[in-house]
Amino acid sequence: MAGGAGRGAMLTHPGGDLLASRPVYMLKRTPLFAAHQRAGGKLIEFGGWEMPVQYSSIVDEHLAVRRAAGLFDISHMGEVRLSGAGALRFLNQLLTNDARKLGVGQGQYTLMCNPLGGVIDDLYAYRLGELDYLLIINASRIEPDVAWMESQLAAWPDRASLSLQNVSDSLGAVALQGRAARAFIDAALPGRVTGGAAVSRLDGLAKNQVVAWDAGELGSLIIACTGYTGEDGFEVIAPAPSIEGVWTRILAAGHPHCCQPAGLGARDTLRTEMGYPLYGHELDEQTTPIEAGLGFFVALEKGDFIGRTPLATQKTDGVKKKCVAFRMVGKTAPPRPQYPLWSAGAPAAPVGQVVSGTQSPSLECGIGMGYVPPSLSAIGTPLEVEIRGRRWPATVVKKPIYVAPPR
Amino acid sequence: MSSKVPSELKYAKSHEWVRIDGDIATVGITDHAQHELTDVVFVELPAVGRKLAAGEACAVVESVKTASDIYSPAAGEVTAVNDKVSGSPNLVNDQPYGDGWFYKLRLSNPAEVQQLLTAADYSKSIGG
Repeated sequence: MAGGAGRGAMLTHPGGDLLASRPVYMLKRTPLFAAHQRAGGKLIEFGGWEMPVQYSSIVDEHLAVRRAAGLFDISHMGEVRLSGAGALRFLNQLLTNDARKLGVGQGQYTLMCNPLGGVIDDLYAYRLGELDYLLIINASRIEPDVAWMESQLAAWPDRASLSLQNVSDSLGAVALQGRAARAFIDAALPGRVTGGAAVSRLDGLAKNQVVAWDAGELGSLIIACTGYTGEDGFEVIAPAPSIEGVWTRILAAGHPHCCQPAGLGARDTLRTEMGYPLYGHELDEQTTPIEAGLGFFVALEKGDFIGRTPLATQKTDGVKKKCVAFRMVGKTAPPRPQYPLWSAGAPAAPVGQVVSGTQSPSLECGIGMGYVPPSLSAIGTPLEVEIRGRRWPATVVKKPIYVAPPR
Repeated sequence: MSSKVPSELKYAKSHEWVRIDGDIATVGITDHAQHELTDVVFVELPAVGRKLAAGEACAVVESVKTASDIYSPAAGEVTAVNDKVSGSPNLVNDQPYGDGWFYKLRLSNPAEVQQLLTAADYSKSIGG
């Protein structure tokens, strides 16, 4: 569920000129950059990275993931390795979810908060071995995250019992997402398990399971049954020099299954349909997981951790703002981040702001998420989204916004 | 990429095209523009009767990810808008020079459109 980049990296430019040129310089590139160019990817700036927003079209790639499979470059995301006898205790101080629940070969969604409960980042924590953990963090947050982790470790009495290493630059990663993925993942990446979950084949991985995988000449991979689209699928982490081989093999094995490359545009519409947060939109350092509706991932019962006191107070006493999902009523322009949210029919002032918004390719209507007072957060509450000075009706809906029809 | 740039039309640098018929101009966005936008999902058109200055933002075209302003390539009064394109915004992608037109304008100064780009100049401006 951990997203891509975020802060200051909006994909949308409301009211911009047609085809306004976006400056593209001083940007970081993933090891798949040349592959994106060859595949005709349209490159944009995203969280300091030059990334493909789309190859064919966002709608086309989105529907491919919902119907078959799509392959995303997520090499921009960061990886931090923690290992040693004291790693678990440190992680449980640093993060909101309870890392004690992780068996070897399991992963969990979790958050890293400041002492006020504000979100420094949302991330995935994997337990690869008895004393070995891997954190997958957002691209735009690598620097603040690592600085925060290192400062916390420096002040940690038991710091000699663990090591922390930012390995983001040495690794590449892709996400294969869609119901067809399981049918060809083993054909794409033949190999054998060397650690993590006790499975013999990749198609035996269950949700949130992870393995270390010896893929022969591609080297040692980490493969998890996770993603950011709401579909079945796998995330594959590889040494940077191997990631293009991983990319090429998955596309080749997936071709008969209608698997195609997919860009950040589809990644964003897919996660928005699921109501998943993206750092810099739903989450920032002034917003808590409780306000964001992520209280499920805050394990108050595990004992002390950074941010616990304010988060416990919010869980008991309630919050002043709450993240809701909404759906536009009828045919309207798509809602966009920063559009004002109004209470239906109330004239005084906006009650909040859209933080994520798009046309939903699956539902063919406008959808989004935004922050409103808790009194306006119940499912079914009518809201209005202000689009270029006019207010359009919307309804608070349950997450996920899109539910696949039974098949 | 080879975008279609019909030779009988005039063009604005901001990717609108104009078809002149006497003092009436039909306005839309170019094949290059629709190709770059992809997946047009919403079009907002000016009101009939609205008087537009040349270069005035008067319509909005939205793709899945982007909202973009459309600038009137010439001054005049809006005489008709394409309701079909509001109902089926994908017409902008499918037929940018046909059923995907945006609005018609009675030109205040028909000579003004001679200052717009020719097909050859517009092709050059998009690297064609």
